[in-house]
Amino acid sequence: MKISHSLAGALLAALLIPAAHAHRAWIVPAATVLSSEDPWVTFDAAVSNDIFHADHAPMRLEGVKAIGPDGKEVPLQNTAVGKYRSVFDVNLKQKGTYKITSFSGGLRARWETEDGERRSWPNRGAQATEEAFAKEVPKKAKNLEVSYGSRRMETFVTAGSPDAKVFVPSNQGLELVPVTHPNDLFAGEKAEFKFLIDGKPAVGAKVEIIPGGMRYRNQQDSINVQSDKNGSITVTWPKAGLYWMSVSYEDDKAKKPAKKRSASYVATFEVLPE
Amino acid sequence: MAFRRYLSALSLFICAPVLAAELSISVEIPKLDVAEYHRPYVAVWLERDGAHAANLAVWYQLERNGQGAEKGEEWLKDMRQWWRRSGRNLDMPVDGISGATKAPGVHTLTFTPGKGVLADLPAGEYQLLVEAAREVGGREVLKVPFQWPPQKEESHSAKGSSELGTLNLQLIP
Repeated sequence: MKISHSLAGALLAALLIPAAHAHRAWIVPAATVLSSEDPWVTFDAAVSNDIFHADHAPMRLEGVKAIGPDGKEVPLQNTAVGKYRSVFDVNLKQKGTYKITSFSGGLRARWETEDGERRSWPNRGAQATEEAFAKEVPKKAKNLEVSYGSRRMETFVTAGSPDAKVFVPSNQGLELVPVTHPNDLFAGEKAEFKFLIDGKPAVGAKVEIIPGGMRYRNQQDSINVQSDKNGSITVTWPKAGLYWMSVSYEDDKAKKPAKKRSASYVATFEVLPE
Repeated sequence: MAFRRYLSALSLFICAPVLAAELSISVEIPKLDVAEYHRPYVAVWLERDGAHAANLAVWYQLERNGQGAEKGEEWLKDMRQWWRRSGRNLDMPVDGISGATKAPGVHTLTFTPGKGVLADLPAGEYQLLVEAAREVGGREVLKVPFQWPPQKEESHSAKGSSELGTLNLQLIP
């Protein structure tokens, strides 16, 4: 009984870990640079181990939003959730850069009961409200760990000339501020991005960049860098193609009742040949 | 980008335009033996000190089969370098630059001294770029460096290997 309980607890804990750590979540646009009037872009969204190979689980689209160059939300059209991937289309009626984004954040807690059973909060799928937290999480418990975690996932597409209006920070969680525009990336060139955590430079964020097409090579070929004192990284794209970037950040500057603040940011970029 | 623009704006003040010289370009579109042939999209432009200076021609699908020119704009981005340097900032079509796609053969562009693009072309180190992108085909960029204004009659050329044939630039002081 005890064993199965703690097993269940461990499983639950595993499910609560941001997907970026277990499987990899991604949203891939079929094109990122568009020249026609009134273009459309179709997107695939899934969770899988091999980047951009949809073979594990579709992404739920409830939290996914498209934001237009004027900062207003644009509808996802023709949405469908398949066995392994979700799809949707976005009509780029205005010129400029669009952001496809999904954000979630909330309190999380872990502790052990007097009998040594592991507990975690919130239950999968439950709302992590502060009210529920006060009711359901003990004030004192063995190995009580309270953290505030957030996840953001994005990709960008541009009709005409790239602009920066969708990059105005919300000062929530981990965010990308472009020095180099994400729709202006070319093989052999250096790109610079800055990361913010709750609006301040995210110093020492761990960044992993993996080229797509893992099935056709033997190594991950990941680029690993850490953000500097300004929260910035630079990367030189080794070749043209799609790239998946995962950024993780953690510190102890969380708002009460959390002690730990952790955040992840995942994005897909297209790098074109010069 | 902004800095480059600033630089080129600055150089407009420093370098007076040179009025008398003539510039002509010939672009060869090769005849290709392929199952499905479409005429290539071609962009011809000048860069000065690495920054975009002037567009000379953009050949793309204008009206066809009742489809408006807007349809043809869909593939302008395939001329990736031109699109990045200039195209994405333009509202196509542009008078005097836009034209229909051309059949295989040699096409000549001549620019009259002191008129059009040559009216305000400051002295400097230039590069002529020609980029071709073909539907269900490939893409190729040719570059020819030159000095403007020319000191003597000069001819420069480059040879393509796939989507472009010989590119020739003729300069007459």
